[in-house]
Formats: sequence, C-alpha cells, structure tokens
Amino acid sequence: MGLRGEAAILGYCELPPQRKLTREPSFNLEQWARLSKAALDDAGLSATDVNGVITPLIGEADMFVPSTVTEYLGIYANFAEIVDLGGAGSAAGIWRAAAAVELGLCDAVLVTFPGTHHFPMDDRKPFVMDDKMHFGASSNAFGSPQAEFEIPYGNLGQNGPYGQIAKRYGYEFGYDERAMAKIAVDQRTNACATPEAVFHGQPITVADVLNSPMIADPLHMLEIVMPCQGGAAVVVGNADLARKSKNRPVWITGFGERVPYKTPTYARDLMTSPMVHAAEQAFSMAGITRSEVDMVSIYDCYSITVLMSLEDAGFAEKGKGMDFVTNHDLTFRGDFPMNTAGGQLSFGQAGVAGGMHHVIDGARQIMGRANAAQVADCNRAFVSGNGGIMSEQTALILQGD
Amino acid sequence: MTTYTPETLSRPLPVPTPLTRPFWDALAERKIRIQYSPSLGEYIFYPRPLAPRTLADDLEWREISGAGTLYTYTVATRPPAAHFASAGEMILAIVQWDEGPKFSTEIVNADPAQLEIGMRVRPVFCDHPEGDITMLRYEPETNS
Repeated sequence: MGLRGEAAILGYCELPPQRKLTREPSFNLEQWARLSKAALDDAGLSATDVNGVITPLIGEADMFVPSTVTEYLGIYANFAEIVDLGGAGSAAGIWRAAAAVELGLCDAVLVTFPGTHHFPMDDRKPFVMDDKMHFGASSNAFGSPQAEFEIPYGNLGQNGPYGQIAKRYGYEFGYDERAMAKIAVDQRTNACATPEAVFHGQPITVADVLNSPMIADPLHMLEIVMPCQGGAAVVVGNADLARKSKNRPVWITGFGERVPYKTPTYARDLMTSPMVHAAEQAFSMAGITRSEVDMVSIYDCYSITVLMSLEDAGFAEKGKGMDFVTNHDLTFRGDFPMNTAGGQLSFGQAGVAGGMHHVIDGARQIMGRANAAQVADCNRAFVSGNGGIMSEQTALILQGD
Repeated sequence: MTTYTPETLSRPLPVPTPLTRPFWDALAERKIRIQYSPSLGEYIFYPRPLAPRTLADDLEWREISGAGTLYTYTVATRPPAAHFASAGEMILAIVQWDEGPKFSTEIVNADPAQLEIGMRVRPVFCDHPEGDITMLRYEPETNS
C-alpha cells in the first residue's frame, strides 16, 4: 500500500518570517505566484513543467479556490486541490502531490502556502473581522457544534485547549516543566544557527522560558508560537524532472494521516493523538524504522505538541517523553536533531505556511543546504503536521538517494 | 465567509437548533438530558441525528444526574476572545459525566488552587435571560 517513492521535493522557497512586515504588503494570490516562481527557480524548473496545484484557503476567494489559483498563474492543471487541514495542510499537500505524480496525473505539482496576512488596504473594500477570525478557527455559524457547545464557554482558539491537553498529560504521566522548557531552548539554539529565523541571535535559557508569562496553565509564553508574516512553496516532481533539477531530490517515501475530530473535548482518549496512526502508516509505507531517521521536524505550535508527537510517533516511550527530551540533545549537532532551523517556536509561524516550515526543514537537511545548522550525513527525515487542536495530523518520511 | 460583524462584542450565547432543543429545554428545568443509543450501548454528546461511529438511527433522550469528574482544565489568564474581556480569569474545563461523554464547560465558584483533575464536580445552572438560554457550568462537589 502506498507511495513507491517515485515523487520528490525538487525545490522550495521559504520567506524569512517577520514579526512586523517590512516587505511590501500583497494579496495571497500575488504571494502564490511569487512564492511558486521562487520555488521553481530553486529547483531549476520552468513554470510550464507544472500541471498540478495544491493550495490552502486564501484571502481573496471563499470558493473555487484552486481554479482561481490556476487561472492567476496560467496553469492548465490536471490536479487542483484545496487542503483545509490547518497546520497539517502543508504535509498533507506534499503527499497528495506525490500521489498525483505517482498516478501519472502530473509531472510537477506546486504546493504553495502564502503566509503573509498584511494585505493592501482600500476604504472602498474595508476589511471586516468575521466570526472565524474572532473565535480562532472555529465556526460560529448557527447549527455549528462549536457555536453551540464550545464558544459560549470560552472553549475556542488554541491556547486554552492546548493548556487543557498539557494539564491532562501531567495528571496521567507527570509533568517536568524544565523538560518542556528545554524543547524551546534547544530549538532556539538551532535558530541561532539559522540567519533566516525570526529569533536568530537571541539565545534563551530554561529559566527564561519558565519566567515568561503563564498564558494557559501550564504553558508559558515561550512555549507558544509567535504569529509572523511569511510564506512557503514546494515543488514536487517526477523522476524525469528530478534528473533535471539543481537539487538533490528528496523522495517522499511514506505518509500517514488521521482526522478523527475537531475539538479535544470529544477525543475518546485525549492522550493518544492521531499521530499514532499517521506515523505508523508512514514508517510502514517507507519500510524504515525510527532509528534509521537522521533528523525529525515536529510540528511545534506548542511544546506539548512536540512532546506528545515524539511519543505518539514512536520516538519516545509513551509517558516518558519528558525524560527523552531531557536526556537527548535536540540541537542540529545533537544525538536527536529536531526542528533544526528553530521550528516554528523560534523560526516563526507564518500562519498556515507554518506547517511547510517542517517539510522544508527536512528537505533542506537532506539536500545538504542547512549551512551552519547542517546535520552531518543527513539522508532520512521524519516530518509531522498538526492541525486544529492535535485533531488533524499528518506524517511524512523523506529520503535522499 | 460571512461578513456579519456584531455591533458589540457581547459574550456569545448558545442558540438551540430544532434537533438540540431537548437538551436546552431540560437545562431550563434544572435537568440534564442527553442522547443514548441502545444499539451502541453508550450515551453520546453533543446531540446528533444518528449515533456517531455506527450511524444507528436509535438515539433516545435520557435524563442523567449531571454529576461527573474534572477531566482537565486550564486557567485562561487572558480572554480567549475579545468577547470575554469582561469575564476576568476563566477556568476552561472539560467535565466527564459519570455516564461517559465529555462536556466543554467552565468551573465556577472555585479557586484554581483547589482544583485537581479527577475531583468530583456538580452542575451549576446559569440562566441567561438576555439569550433565553440556561448554560451548564460546574463547581467542586466539596463546595458547601
């Protein structure tokens, strides 16, 4: 079952995240075009090689999004898909692109996720905050379960629900806040070797994390991603294009995905995340073991997401993740390199493009382009995506030749 | 995407649907009524037309005591949305009813320091006449 490993990431573009945009404001569609062109240039491919697109939701269209994109770029696509899986969308888009290539539908697919939300403004087209923006990714529409049973109790957005997960984790398995802080500290070390990271040049300590404000008990501010402006694009292509590409091809050899619920309240077992299934399928498909992976890039909207993903993906024993992160060096030069460009916690989270940070982190290492943060002899990467409140999760295995 | 913008950022209140109405009507009477699927052998929440997982068409409304345990919680020191700015510190909780299902709620009448996951909690019925609705919150059973 699954991929044969005959589709590869051939190029990418990841804008350095900015807390405050100094680049020119632009619409998501404009970003779609420019990010895609940059990724194609990176791969050494031309736009006419592309016959597939995968997009997230964009600001300029509520429906007919894929065809809006293909028209804007002038691509006659054989496969045009919108992926609505939040932070899992990027990894989800990569395996869908690989599947489209392996099925022979496409030669090359652009998976482009604009991540700059600072648009041009005009009084004649005023920006209106809608319920979705007010309530943080929940629907407040009549008849929506979130509107009726969650939002009125303040169960919305991300901080509260992730705090609830972390609290429950502590009840079931114990809690070491220094171990949780170390996740953020090691990732910051990686960001300090990555000039594009938003927190480059700003190392932190465990004490810094624990002294930062408590946002949603037990999660501190420095355990939570900072929203940034950015964007990312990846080109996935077939073996013929891989031979033409400038970069070492990064083959997509395994994936898994699980989408069981939206809100943690309704998880049958909140301590068993969808990653259990997603990672097991990915490793099984790729035919490799956890110990054969040279680096991991774990979706890190919150420290607790990293901790539970490491356990549920099978890298750490269930309930022992705190010991695992304490006993391993998670930096790019460590014995368990993780989020080697800083992760979203320290590289910056450019909206829905944040998930692509992990895809590109893995691809960059396998291509050998991580410069000061390069993991020696890196040939295999595990990448995770996470959307909603640990409620939509995707895993990828990436491999070099 | 709707472009409707509320004029004031008042706290959002539940609006029952025809299907969910029995749950809300019961709360107004200080009772808790949720659905049960005999073929599944389980209570379910929130209300649906068919049982989740089996899609069995046998859901029936049953009254439960409403007693439960605190499954997890977090103290929100910052309002989860601008609409809750006047609410102050909120204890966002998940309560597991003795009958099985979990329920998103708030813990009230409690100092966060006294809370422990697994502790017994009991219903607090909160009338909101402005929305013609009764909401179900929880407090520690040890409250006098």
